[in-house]
Amino acid sequence: MDALLSFWNSLPDFVHSTLFILALTIVLIVSVALLTLWERKLIGWMQVRRGPNRVAIFGLLPGIGQPFADVIKLLIKEVVIPAKANKVLFRIAPAIALIPAFATWAVIPIAPGFAIAQVDAGLLYVLSLTSVGVYGVILAGWASNSKYAFLGAMRSAAQIVAYEIAMGFALVGVLMVSGSLNLGTIVEQQRGALFAWNWFWLFPLFVVYFISGVAETNRAPFDVAEGESEIVAGFHVEYSGIAFALFFLAEYANMILVAALTSVFFLGGWLSPLEGYLAADNALFQVPLLGLFLNSGLHWLLAKTFFFLCVFLWLRATFPRYRYDQIMRLGWKVLIPVTIVWIAVEGLMVYFKIGPWSV
Amino acid sequence: MSRASIIKTFLLSELLKGMWLTLRTLFRPKITINYPEEKTPQSARFRGLHALRRYPNGEERCIACKLCEAVCPALAITIESDASDDGTRRTTRYDIDLFKCIYCGFCEEACPVDAIVETRIHEYHMEHRGENIMTKDKLLAVGERYEAMINADKAADARYR
Repeated sequence: MDALLSFWNSLPDFVHSTLFILALTIVLIVSVALLTLWERKLIGWMQVRRGPNRVAIFGLLPGIGQPFADVIKLLIKEVVIPAKANKVLFRIAPAIALIPAFATWAVIPIAPGFAIAQVDAGLLYVLSLTSVGVYGVILAGWASNSKYAFLGAMRSAAQIVAYEIAMGFALVGVLMVSGSLNLGTIVEQQRGALFAWNWFWLFPLFVVYFISGVAETNRAPFDVAEGESEIVAGFHVEYSGIAFALFFLAEYANMILVAALTSVFFLGGWLSPLEGYLAADNALFQVPLLGLFLNSGLHWLLAKTFFFLCVFLWLRATFPRYRYDQIMRLGWKVLIPVTIVWIAVEGLMVYFKIGPWSV
Repeated sequence: MSRASIIKTFLLSELLKGMWLTLRTLFRPKITINYPEEKTPQSARFRGLHALRRYPNGEERCIACKLCEAVCPALAITIESDASDDGTRRTTRYDIDLFKCIYCGFCEEACPVDAIVETRIHEYHMEHRGENIMTKDKLLAVGERYEAMINADKAADARYR
């Protein structure tokens, strides 16, 4: 064990980070596969159906083989490139959609004191990368040279512009609490108990951020970019086979990302909800496995992320799609004013030293 | 917007109500039937694959009156007839095109001798072009194989006729 550890420490830094990146990417891709299955199961249950329950692996857990069967099917299919499409952009677009969804994970504090890259301006990095993702959608719609794809891309562009602002304003509120752009510091600063986390004092911003996140990922009820009832499949009508699968992967990776970011910004990331109620030297923390469970760590981030992912699916199972003008109204006339008002309220709280600023 | 509706909008009460409904549904028992393993109950009047019947002594029931051909709204039945060896009128050809058939059951209703019937069989398929035409031989074969079921269904339905 010691020999292994010293060998690990003797490796150069770039090997460390490469291995971490590789591990994270594989974990993400597998979670995306499982998330597609979980989505179909959960939405099925919410509609009094059973969801996929046929493809089992080794006869265990009926349905678990479904995402893998789907991936194999998509891999075998032909990627059709339309004759009048812009061939270069058409090929690049799925990658542009996919890369930011994965690259953003570099700065997310995964466990206490650990992120692949400890960037001081992490929040700016997150904001800029999440807005790059939409270029994939826009380029896909443009390069396809099809009116439905183009309409989908235009809708998505307008929607992202509107919701990016609300999202940015919501994060300004977080910055006012933490006073740092480093995601690790943002989590550290929320230390305390359930009510020390940002969601309590910044509740309106928390709701706005999550709604904008749903809109940013083009998920129901804001999925007008796909809008199968009026524009077939929106920006990815012309895509088939694995190129289509990449868009799918990007969408789900983005969902996981937004869920993780919401838990980092508002639900204290990897912080344990119990730490405010149990003293640090409490005997329970000394119990071998239970102590590890009760303490802060990766598992709390995973649990919170999973919760938000379920909310994503829950929203999709519950609400019909917004009409396009309603999306715009919600974004410009409701969400942005709410964030501005709450930032003002927060300013007053800072001035009069209320809430997290009382010490 | 009135003040009440503004408050309602910002508290997201309608949305939360909807989400509460889906959350409750999540725990309700599922109504889906696992089809090949479980099946829904089927009426004795179910109209599925066609069959031509024989009398218990082996004689074909069909007398080539062509009433079924005449009544068929989808023109799915084709009949040709001729005198048989014993001098009775018999069909030489009795084809039902399953692609044209709309399974209305009029042929069964029209038949004066209960020769053509629609059985309860609904799980059948075709693998080659032309298999959709049920010839006289195939129809009689179905009738022979499922005579017990056809009889039971007829008996079950008799009291309502």
